Parts: sequence; structure tokens; C-alpha cells
Amino acid sequence: MRKDKFAIIENEKIANDIYKMVLVGNTLGYDKPGIFAEISIDLCYLNRPISMSWVEGDELTLVYKIVGKGTKLMSEIKTGNEITLLGPLGSGYNIEAGYKRPLVIGGGIGIPPLLYLTKKLIENGIKPKVILGFNDAKEVFYEKDFKNLCADVQILTLNGTYGNKGLVTDILEFEEYIYSCGPLPMLKAISNKCKHGQFSLEARMGCGFGACMGCSIETVNGPKRVCKEGPIFDKEEIIWKD
Amino acid sequence: MERLNVNISHLKLDNPIIPASGTFGYGKEFEDLYDINILGSISIKGTTLHERYGNELPRIAEFNGGMLNSVGLQNPGLKKVVDEELTYLNKIFKKPVLANVSGFSIDEYVKLVKAMDKVESVGIIEVNISCPNVHQGGMAFGTDAKEVVRITKAVKDVTRKPVFIKLTPNVTDIVEIAKACEAEGADGISMINTLLGMRIDIKKRKPILDNIYGGISGPAIFPLALRMVNQVSKEVNIPIIGMGGISSSEDVIEMMMAGASAVQIGAANLVNPWICKEIIEDLPNKLDELGIDNIKDIVGVV
Repeated sequence: MRKDKFAIIENEKIANDIYKMVLVGNTLGYDKPGIFAEISIDLCYLNRPISMSWVEGDELTLVYKIVGKGTKLMSEIKTGNEITLLGPLGSGYNIEAGYKRPLVIGGGIGIPPLLYLTKKLIENGIKPKVILGFNDAKEVFYEKDFKNLCADVQILTLNGTYGNKGLVTDILEFEEYIYSCGPLPMLKAISNKCKHGQFSLEARMGCGFGACMGCSIETVNGPKRVCKEGPIFDKEEIIWKD
Repeated sequence: MERLNVNISHLKLDNPIIPASGTFGYGKEFEDLYDINILGSISIKGTTLHERYGNELPRIAEFNGGMLNSVGLQNPGLKKVVDEELTYLNKIFKKPVLANVSGFSIDEYVKLVKAMDKVESVGIIEVNISCPNVHQGGMAFGTDAKEVVRITKAVKDVTRKPVFIKLTPNVTDIVEIAKACEAEGADGISMINTLLGMRIDIKKRKPILDNIYGGISGPAIFPLALRMVNQVSKEVNIPIIGMGGISSSEDVIEMMMAGASAVQIGAANLVNPWICKEIIEDLPNKLDELGIDNIKDIVGVV
């Protein structure tokens, strides 16, 4: 974990309430899918945990959704400014799980880290299928980016305004291996339709680096911190709560 | 650097900076960030007799001046803390530590203090009677002067190590409670624990914290902590470890001028994990600026 200043070279709206921020700086250690950083935002006491959605050379890309005060302020930062990141944080996805044709499946603002994951899987000779779910056509993003990487991409919207209509789980057949990130009810439903898989969990965090126990969850292997041992957990380890 | 030395009870600390319980774990998350041996001491994560998972999530909320937590004393329990965590901490941190303990009955406090008394690396036993996030014991003890008397007396009987009682600010008169501790032989006071608060998600019309209420920490509570330390320091003769929103070397100096012999840094560690190091490095400059030779000279000057 380091504290690094990054220059903001892009901070643009790419869909309803969804923004893409591109940063330039020391990306050492961020080169693993599922990794996140704690981002320092002026006027917010706590830092904000955001996952990397792309890492290339000295550039990091974060795609985030305005869900509250912190992300709203983040969306208002102009390019040319600097921002401080505490990171790299978290365990990241294991791309060497040993499955030749896993399914990458995500919903809404859970989708960004899956883009970099898909790239890394393909680089490792794995050919994933991809299913992405959104609420509405206005919220769809990253379709082209996924299709540039991978031939097998399906898009759904809940209200049918884009792609097929329905939930990602509606078209999900029982899968051998899944990589997933998205809202908790979605992850839970997906976990019932796969043999094995890795799930990225979300929690309100205090520190993001394991000190405060603010995001500790109960797993079959005892308590684990979403920020430190996670945010990616194996299906076998997760205890789904209502 | 001699000029940062402070004394609390029989302990001589290299400097007054101690990470507060629950914001520094057992040091593991910080050992790779900087040489933690520069710290005055460390107050370990609150230890209970039995293992505790703590409260359900969400446990963290935020506001303009700081944060709220309702972790609820998650820890692996006394045996594992002593056998594993303190053993490891002793390898990476070569100074006496503060063993922070929390009980749900007098009997539990006694067992915890007895056990910590036997641990060589424990320099001070910090008896937490003020956790706002547990539904029995915890703060309920610290708000009742009679209970404070009973606990202090009981734990003092079973240890020769200095006992510091950690007080809650959620009382009408903290001076009365501090005096009760002193009268029963407490060696010092740690103050203040968090203030009880809440946040509401206005879209969902529900509290943000699953526990509904949680402890407020961060810069917003600093003036209140300062006032309470000042009031108590004027009425008791035992040393005070001051805490509550300290985030800079100026805050440290202010807290010590108010009457604290040493300080703890809490929430600030979570936002900037290098904060204790930065403060320790900055303190000599601040002392120079203010024409202070030795930091211990300013204790209680206000």
C-alpha cells in the first residue's frame, strides 16, 4: 500500500450517473483485476473505495456511479487536477482457477472491474463468455469495450429498453465456473446457478486496508475483511445473508 | 529525541504518540508502511474474554467532521490475543503496549486483567468501560459511578501493572467518574471514547448503521475531548492519556496543554495510515516554532 498522487486526464460521464476517470501516475501493483484504491476526496472525511476497471502503462481507469456525496464531488473534479490514492488494496480475482470457458457476469456498477478481468483471462488463453445486466438503456456502458475483447457478450436491461429484457439470471444456465461482481441480490441468485466461482463483495468501509474491522463479514472460514482478504471471495467461502 | 519523552505511571515513552485501540489492529497492517518502533506505544484492539464477531454490517457511516462506527468489539478472544496477536506484536514492536480489555461482567474484567498481568510486553492495562457498541456491559458500566468503583477496585486487586480506565464522554459529569477511578486506585485515565450518534439514509428512511447507533470519532469531537481532559486534569492527580479527533502535531500540543500526559490517535489512522509517523516527525518543528524545549513541560499548562 502506498499513497500516490495521480493526475486526472479524464473525468467524463459515460452513462446515467456513471463516470469514467482516467489517472496517470505510479500504477505499480494495480495490474491485477479486482484490485481497488481508497480515493481521497476534498470535503469528505473518509476515503472512497473504487475498483480499477482498466490498467495500462501509467494509466488507471476508474468507472464509478454517483451514489452519494463523495462520488458526486468526485464527478465534479476537473481534469488537470491531482488526486491521492491509497492502494493497491484488496486481493483481486484469481485468473488461474483452471477453467477454460468461465462465465463473466455482472450488473450495473459491478461491471467495471470485470472489463479488466476479461482482458486478463483472454491474455491467459481463457475464453470467457460475458453477460452484463443494466436497469435501463440510459445506464448501459462498456458494451463496445467488452465486444472489442470478446466475441460472446450478451446485454440485458431490466425494462427491455436495450438488449434482451430481464435479469442476468433469467438467461443464466447452470455454469461450471463464474466470475461475478454486482449488487448483492444478483450475486446471491448467481451463486445458486454455478458450481464454483469468485464473487466481488461490497461493503461500507472505514479504512480499506484492514485496520478498523468496519467491513468484516462472517465466512465459512471465520470472519474476513472485505477490504483485505476480499473483496473477491470464492463461492464456497461466502455465507449469504438475507 | 529526548525532548519528546513523556512519562506515564512508571513508563517512560519515547514520545506521547499512541495509536488508539481499534484503529491499529495489532500492528500488522502498519508494519510494512513504516517502522512502527518509532511510536510511543500501541493500544491494541479491544480484547474480550471470548471471541466476538461484533455487529452486523453496515458498521461505518460518515459525516462532515468525522465518522461513526458500530464494529462492536470484534476480536478473536483473550486466549488468541495473548497466544498469537500479542506474541507477534512483541516481535515487531519492541516497547511495552497498552492492553485494552472489555468485559461484560466484573468477573470477566478480572479474568482479562489477570491474564494481561502475566504478559510481559503489556506495560499498561487499559480497561475499557465505555464501548458504545455493545448491548450489555460496555458503556453501561462507564456511565454508572458505582459500577466504575466496583470494576476499578476489582481489577486493581489482581494486577501490579498500571491500570488506566478508559472513560466514555456520554455522561453528565465525567469529572465525577474520573474521581471515582482515582479514589479506587486507578493509575490513570484514558479519555475520551467515542460519542454515541447516528446517521439516517433519507431515501430509505432507515439508519445507515445496522446497529442504529454508533460511536462518533474524528475532528468534530476534538474540542469536546479537549474540554473534558481539561476539566478532569484539574480535579485528579493521576495521568491522563488524551484522545478524541487528534489529527495533527498542533492537536497533540493542544491536548497536552489541556492536561494530557500522552495522546492517542484514532480515526486519523484510518484515513491516513502514516499519520502517527508524520506527527512524530513534525512535533520537533512545532516545538521549535513555539519555543518549547521539552514536550512534557507543556502538560496541563492551560
